[in-house]
Amino acid sequence: MTSTTTPSVTERVFGDPSTEFEYPGAEHPAREYQLNANGLQIAVHEWGDPEAPPLLLVHGGFDFARTFDVFAPLLAAGGWRVVSWDQRGHGDSEHPELYSWDADMRDALTVFDHVSPGRPLPVIGHSKGGALMTQLADAQPFRFTHLVNMDGIPFNRRIPDVAEHERTKMVSAEIAGWLDHRRTTSTAQRKPGTVEELAARRGRMNPRLEPDWLKRLVTTGGYESADGWRWKIDPSMRFGGFGPWRPEWTLMRLPGLPMPFLGILGREMEEMGWGTPPEKVLPFMPLDGRCEILEDVGHFVHVEQPDRVSGLVLDFIATPGATAGGAA
Amino acid sequence: MTAERVTMLRHGKVDLALHHLREASPAGGGRPLLILHGLGEVSAKRVPAWAEAWTGPIAALDFTGHGSSTIPRGGGYTAELLLADADAALEALTNGDATQSITVVGRGLGAYIALQIAGARAAQVHGAILVDGPGLAGGPTGPTSQSFFSLPTSAATPDPYALVELGRDLRPPDYATQFVRLALAGSDLDEPIAVASVFRPEWLDAVAREHGVMQATLAEALATFAN
Repeated sequence: MTSTTTPSVTERVFGDPSTEFEYPGAEHPAREYQLNANGLQIAVHEWGDPEAPPLLLVHGGFDFARTFDVFAPLLAAGGWRVVSWDQRGHGDSEHPELYSWDADMRDALTVFDHVSPGRPLPVIGHSKGGALMTQLADAQPFRFTHLVNMDGIPFNRRIPDVAEHERTKMVSAEIAGWLDHRRTTSTAQRKPGTVEELAARRGRMNPRLEPDWLKRLVTTGGYESADGWRWKIDPSMRFGGFGPWRPEWTLMRLPGLPMPFLGILGREMEEMGWGTPPEKVLPFMPLDGRCEILEDVGHFVHVEQPDRVSGLVLDFIATPGATAGGAA
Repeated sequence: MTAERVTMLRHGKVDLALHHLREASPAGGGRPLLILHGLGEVSAKRVPAWAEAWTGPIAALDFTGHGSSTIPRGGGYTAELLLADADAALEALTNGDATQSITVVGRGLGAYIALQIAGARAAQVHGAILVDGPGLAGGPTGPTSQSFFSLPTSAATPDPYALVELGRDLRPPDYATQFVRLALAGSDLDEPIAVASVFRPEWLDAVAREHGVMQATLAEALATFAN
């Protein structure tokens, strides 16, 4: 069974385009709206000709659709209607009660069904968005003509050998820390600051991104109130966490993918990335798949080199509207 | 018999119903017993016969999406979220005092959560007893070909998303046994976990074979942890 209800659509303009920090090539989306995803309002952002064939861009964890403000217009200029959405709790989407991988996946299906009902389309995912879409491409291949995964291939990082009792202590502290955080989530707020302060905080996790780009991120992914700017992301969310899932389980889905697959990996490791050594991924390529490894580029391949990466993607997905092999 | 007192605990954006089935005696004393229900169940409204001999207060928690607790929008359940639900009950029953402890009995899915809270809050859980009940098996132990779909929304508990998502959550045995080791490392007890279930799915079979886990009936385990 797939989702059978028609999602309701509400036209919106998120934020105030006039307060957005200017950055070369960055564009506010041409169209914005909310989709009702099983009772939760999901914010959708579109660039390009509304009559052009659609493609989907999927952002990573702790990011939001507007991180595509430069990349999306470049793809739109190639003749595509570029659609992205803010995952639950991120960007301009509602903050739900619960978060999980499966819930993100179902929210994604609402967008797929709205944008391209019954027809496959090209999908480009970054980081966690790439990992989510890799699993969805395995579970529901009929939705994809092409899959591009930008630095979103999870890999089992080798953990240095530590004594068993030390490992137990580390796990114990991690879980207790997470539970202590959960006890604060009903009242938690993000810390306010100036645009520059929020940009500097984010810059500590993304040292390769330009200060002006980070300032634009603050003014598209944040909101201003009397005491300063705050990120819009749900303050109950926390980096890290624990659970039974293992990164190599997503990797195992790669070799069997039936649609054309392009991996774009940055050589430089960053805190927000998976720490995946590019060469380790090559043995997992599907039959119709290949990997581009970009030297001297970090986790945000599409932000650091938007021209080059959009060129790779446009070449790969080829002429809009041309039929590509969905299933083998 | 008067209706039981219910307190609502705020966990994130969810209100959890904690049913106080037996209040603390005026003299105080006796460790609180927390009862965690199975998948799709609701908390008992009175002290179950098997718990009559317990000398301390007795409370039962409705997990998120169950009983009188909040139904979230669009699902997103994980066992770890329910662990944090149980932690909210632990905090309430110990008045936020980290030196106080409780004993936990979990049925089915609640047994899996009882194991997790025994590991995660080892110093504050004086014994966790795992018994049969709905949702004991859980989902697979590794990657699956399961697909994704939406469900009709429901205004009544149990939330269909809870039934589906918590009925297929991943339960690798070595993930479950990690909580036994945490419990053993942080507890004063030599055997902080008791397996009283007849059914032993893979995760629970692995748990039962760990050092620090006793095999006992529910009555035996309750008597052991009462002291």
